[in-house]
Formats: sequence, structure tokens, C-alpha cells
Amino acid sequence: MTATTNKAGVISRDSLEGLFDALIARDYVPVGPTVREGVIVLDELRGVDDLPEGWTEDQDAATYRLMRRADAALFGFNNGQHAWKPYLFPPKAKLWEAEKTPDGGFSMRETPDAAKAFAFIGVRPCDLHAIQVQDAVFMAEQNTDPLYARRRRKAFTVVIQCGQAAKTCFCTSMDTGPRADGGFDLALTEILDADRHSFVVEAGSAAGASVLAEIPHSEARPDDLAAAEACTKRAVDQMGRTLDTTGVKDLLYGSYESRRWADLERRCLACGNCTMVCPTCFCTTVEDVTDLSGTHAERWRHWESCYTTDFSYIHGGSVRPTIRSRYRQWLVHKLATWQDQFGTSGCVGCGRCITWCPVGIDLTEEVRLIRDSERKKDAADGHVQEHPHASD
Amino acid sequence: MAQPAEQLPRPMLPTPFRVLETWEEIPGCMSLRVEPAGTGDAAGACAFAPGQFYMIYVFGQGEVPISISGDPARTGELTFTVMAVGTVTDALCAVQPGGIIGLRGPFGSVWPVDEIEGRDVIVMGGGLGLAPLRPAVYHLLNHRDRYGDLTLLYGARQPRTILYTDQLAGWSANDSIDINVTVDNAGRDWTGKVGVVTDFLNWRRLDPDRTSALICGPEIMMRFSAYALLDRGVAAENIHISMERNMKCGVRMCGRCQYGPFFVCDDGPVFSFDRVQHLFRIREV
Ligand SMILES: Cc1cc2nc3c(=O)[nH]c(=O)nc-3n(C[C@H](O)[C@H](O)[C@H](O)COP(=O)(O)OP(=O)(O)OC[C@H]3O[C@@H](n4cnc5c(N)ncnc54)[C@H](O)[C@@H]3O)c2cc1C
Ligand code: SF4
Ligand code: SF4
Ligand code: FES
Repeated sequence: MTATTNKAGVISRDSLEGLFDALIARDYVPVGPTVREGVIVLDELRGVDDLPEGWTEDQDAATYRLMRRADAALFGFNNGQHAWKPYLFPPKAKLWEAEKTPDGGFSMRETPDAAKAFAFIGVRPCDLHAIQVQDAVFMAEQNTDPLYARRRRKAFTVVIQCGQAAKTCFCTSMDTGPRADGGFDLALTEILDADRHSFVVEAGSAAGASVLAEIPHSEARPDDLAAAEACTKRAVDQMGRTLDTTGVKDLLYGSYESRRWADLERRCLACGNCTMVCPTCFCTTVEDVTDLSGTHAERWRHWESCYTTDFSYIHGGSVRPTIRSRYRQWLVHKLATWQDQFGTSGCVGCGRCITWCPVGIDLTEEVRLIRDSERKKDAADGHVQEHPHASD
Repeated sequence: MAQPAEQLPRPMLPTPFRVLETWEEIPGCMSLRVEPAGTGDAAGACAFAPGQFYMIYVFGQGEVPISISGDPARTGELTFTVMAVGTVTDALCAVQPGGIIGLRGPFGSVWPVDEIEGRDVIVMGGGLGLAPLRPAVYHLLNHRDRYGDLTLLYGARQPRTILYTDQLAGWSANDSIDINVTVDNAGRDWTGKVGVVTDFLNWRRLDPDRTSALICGPEIMMRFSAYALLDRGVAAENIHISMERNMKCGVRMCGRCQYGPFFVCDDGPVFSFDRVQHLFRIREV
């Protein structure tokens, strides 16, 4: 995206409705955070009133609790269970339909996608990176998923720069936040103190600039920019977790036989929650079905998790029958093999897998333990092992 | 930036192909010869390189990866050899001549038949693994003068599960390739060899610097074969194997065929052994 770096502006709390008005007038369906049944979810929004005003969350390993804030912040939380992924890469999608023809053959047609253009409102910087990670999967030069590509090209993204961090956040380790410098249409920073409630706004694209032109706003003054910077600093200071990424690819490539996997197997339930909440996981299965008459067939694509034994089934059995090898597939894919496949980490540090793991397995801790155990092993061996890997 | 909808690729949409002929190879295993059902450039639609595979769709039943087993020199058509082992392969083996199936492909990496010109080639197959190797054998024989000594070492479970028996006999008779077949077990009427395919390497003279190997079969067979060749001094980069993994897309999108950093559907199925040797040692990758 080309950054038409106009000067930053300021939108007052009361003018923010203008963002929704401008987007709805352009036929976008606004999607963003809202409170439903005790959690902050993503859903279609009618306007500012649907945002989680005055709410925040307490997150930790296997813990999520919605709480009241002392103020009326609109974006005073981090990431709920939902990522933006389902809007671009639906959990269940019909890819095509086929009809038997009188000559014994069949004709096939791609199922048109009825989804409108989405405007994502309140995308966290880590989640913006997650979308870019999925772009590399679904919009690769060689292979493009038409469903994803159409939705993605139509989408409008409004980033909300983080002014706080959850105990499960580690975007600073993954270099994905808490501030996004580009790749969005608009980016907001929420400024809330004794005498103001406003949003510092930057346009990151021509489309963003044209939407911004319709929202009442003023030019940002130095103290607005200083307040925005202070927000970013606060989020950095609150960062709940860290993951040391130094040499993590080689570390994991060299740890396939680590004793840590056996320990993980005792705790991991192989429920697949971490893959379902993860904003970058892209694996799918395909289901081919017919109607009762047998003349109409459809192909459906569903999200699938590498924690199922079916995932790797070939004639004679699953390639990864044990939980230890399935957890290993997940972690090594996220942090190591992904880099060779797509030139980027598969983890953006959003922390969802930590919060939503029913037994609180924390990948940042597991990487630390693997590092420690490899270090001990190397010390015991009296030499530094060379780890063969596939990047050459 | 926005492309018109029609210009987007449709990687998951099969193309209808007509089944021209089917025949039983061994019990439970059929070969199917197919051509594009539509009009148009049939030769172009059927162009492939030895080692590649298609995703084959049976109406309403499902889709499975199947290697091309036919002669690359026969243009405008494709041949597959399919073992009935489950829902889709059972249905595929039951398709009659005239029936229509859906194809996507060809996908995947290839046996390096051009790169190994001038060298001695050992082709090692285990069971149904001979099917994906056969296009390479055809190519070697079609261009016999471009290669040194050619050897086929093939192991099957029993005499009645030996694939392509007539063809093996024909090739054997004309001396352009040295054919050696063994079975795991057999009755008294079997006059051939009983044992594992790697036994053939024990007494065989080979020049490791001039030798390349193409191996396809169960993973355990490929492991023993590759290590036996390494023991004989053949370099890992001159040993090529073909991997099998669960596959739902063929285009690096479903994630199912991951093997360490590789997508077997696209980085494979054919790998030189030096690229995967470190993974081969580890269980459940
Ligand atoms: C690159 C490649 C080339 C192949 N070439 C051939 C060939 O030339 N001839 C041939 O007979 N078979 C070949 N196979 C194996 C063939 O794809 C499987 O036998 C087939 O998928 C089994 O599907 P099914 O529905 O009949 O069996 P089921 O057991 O009913 O299948 C259930 C599911 O399991 C998976 N599955 C089961 N077995 C395998 C398997 N062996 N490999 C991959 N996925 C599997 C599939 O996802 C399938 O949808 C090849 C596999 C790969 C990966
Ligand atoms: S692996 Fe966990 S922390 Fe990383 S992107 Fe996925 S859900 Fe977020
Ligand atoms: S293999 Fe597992 S960790 Fe990797 S993308 Fe697929 S589901 Fe996610
Ligand atoms: S078969 Fe889908 S990624 Fe390889």
C-alpha cells in the first residue's frame, strides 16, 4: 500500500461516528469489536455505540475475564478470541458446484462469493501483521485463493494502535506492534485523559485519505502526537510476555528429538483451540458431497487443525499418531518452518493461543524451556551442535 | 490493483476428463487411460513430466492425489494406476470407459531425467511405488542413448502383486535395461527371487560417481534403499525419492502435506535425499 503520509489529524470522540458514516456510504460492512455474552467478539457494527465502551479484559494463560474500566475508552482492551481471519478466510466455504449432464459427464462452476466489502475497525497491529502473513499464504504469486483474494482486495482496514498490553501479549518480541507504521488504510490512536477524548488519525492509503477527508477532524498538534507516543510507550511497558526469537528457527530445527515434547504430551489435550484462535493458521480439509438425487455435487472447504489424527492420515495410519509429534508440528511450524515456507514468522505474538488453551500451555514458556534444555544438552555434550536445516 | 473476477485463477476447480480405457493390473488395482473431455489443446492439457501427479475427483465422492504412470511421449492422454484402498480409490477403480472424472494438475516436482543424462541410473521400486517411476523408465528407454547402464530393482509382496509383468518381461528381453524383481514371499511355483529389494545392491557392481538412483515405495523401503546406496558411496544428492503425504489442495494452501519446511505437493513429491535426510531420521515429522 502506498503511504500518502498526510499530516496526522485528530478526530474527537463525538466525531468518530463520521468514520462509520463514510464507510457505510461507500457500501462497506463495518466489522469490529463488541461485547457479547461476557466476551469481546468481532461482529458487524452499526456505529460507535456498538463498540465496547468502558470495557476491558483480564487475560492470562487459560484465563479471560471481561471487566469494567474506570473510564469510557472505546478500545481499552487488546484481543478477544476472534481474529479477523473468518472474514477473509471463512471457516466453512462452498468452493464450487457441479451438475451431472445428460451425456454422463458433469459441468462445474465456481460458487460466487456473496460477501460484501468489509471495513475492519479496530485492527490491532499484531493482527494487521497476521493478515499480511495470510496474504503470503493465499495470495502467493504462483497460487492464489480466489475467495481470499477478492475479499482481501475489497477490504478496508482501520488499525487501532495499542495503548495497553495484555499479560499474554508479546508483539514487541515478534516485531509486530504495539504500533503499526503502514499497511493500513487508516490508523487511530485513542487519547483519553482528564480533559480530552480523541483519536490521533493517520491515513496509510489513498482510500484512507479520502475517507478521512469526510470525517470532521483537525490537524494534530505536538501535544496530540506526544500523547499518542505515550500510548505506545505505555503498551510497550505493559507487555506481558517475551519470546526470545534469537536463532529460534535453528533452535527448533535442532530440537525435533528434544525431551520437552514428551512433557508437553502430558499436558496438551490436542483440542486444537490454539489453531482455531490463531490469526495465521491456514490449514483446511475438503469435503465433496452430493445431494440425494446424486446429480448435484458440491465442494466445501473447512478449517482443519494439525492436532487431529486425520490431518496427516495416509493409507495405513496417521503420520503423527502421538500428541507430542502434533504439538511439535504446531510449534515448529509457527516459529521455524513457516520462515522457510513464507519468509516470515507464523506467530505474530497476539497471545490468543495462551489465553484460550484450556490447560494454559504458553508457547513463550515452552520455547524458553526448549532453549534451556538444548543448552544443557550442548553443555553436557561438550560442544555446540550444528543443526541441519533446509534454508540453504 | 483490483483484477476482474474472471482473471483470478481457480486452483480448486477440476477439469472434466473422459476415461478411454480401463484394465486390471493386479487384484484391486486398475489402470485408467484418460483424455480431456472438452475440446481444445489436448496435448497441452496433458503435458507433464515424470514424477508428477494429479488430484483426481470422482463425482460427489472426493478427490485424491494419483501419480501419472503412463508414457510421457504419448501426448494428448494420461494414464494412472490406482490401488483401491478406500472411498475415493474404490470409486475410481469402478469407473467404466466413457465415464467422466475431474482432474487438477499436474502438480509437483519431477524425477531429474534431464540432469542425470550421461549417468548410470538405478530405479528402485517397492509395491505400487513402481507406478510413479514408470514415466521415468519410459523416458530413459525412449532416450536410451543418453544414459549409461540402466537398472530396475523392484520388490513386491507376492508374485501376484507384481505390477506391469508383461512390460517388465518385454523390457527384460530387449536388454536395454537390467530388470530384477524380488518378492517378500511366494509359493513353490515362483522361480524368481525371494527377499528385499536392497539385496540386489549387495553383489551389484556400481560406480558410485556415475550412479544416480530414483526410488519410490513405502517410506521404510526408501530409507533402507537410500542408506544402502549411501553405503555403496553414492552421494545423497544423486539419490532421489518420492514422498507421500495427505493432500487436499496440491497448491501449498491446505497445509496437509507438510514435511518439515516442505510442502510435499509442490516442493516434492520428488526430493533429492540430501534435502530430506535430516528429516528421514526423525519419527512422525
Ligand atoms: C503424491 C501422491 C501420489 C500418489 N500416487 C498414487 C498412485 O499413483 N496410485 C495410487 O493408487 N495411490 C496413489 N497415492 C495414494 C492415494 O492418494 C491414496 O491411496 C488415496 O488418497 C486414498 O484415498 P481413499 O479415499 O481411497 O481412502 P480413504 O482411506 O477412504 O481416505 C480417507 C482420506 O485419507 C487420506 N489418505 C488415505 N490414504 C492416503 C494416502 N496413501 N496418501 C495420501 N492421502 C491418503 C485422504 O485424505 C483421504 O481423503 C498417491 C498419494 C500421493 C500423496
Ligand atoms: S501462535 Fe499464538 S500468539 Fe502466535 S499468532 Fe498464533 S495465536 Fe497468536
Ligand atoms: S500445520 Fe498446524 S500450526 Fe501450522 S498452520 Fe496448520 S493448523 Fe496451524
Ligand atoms: S496438498 Fe495442500 S498444501 Fe500440499
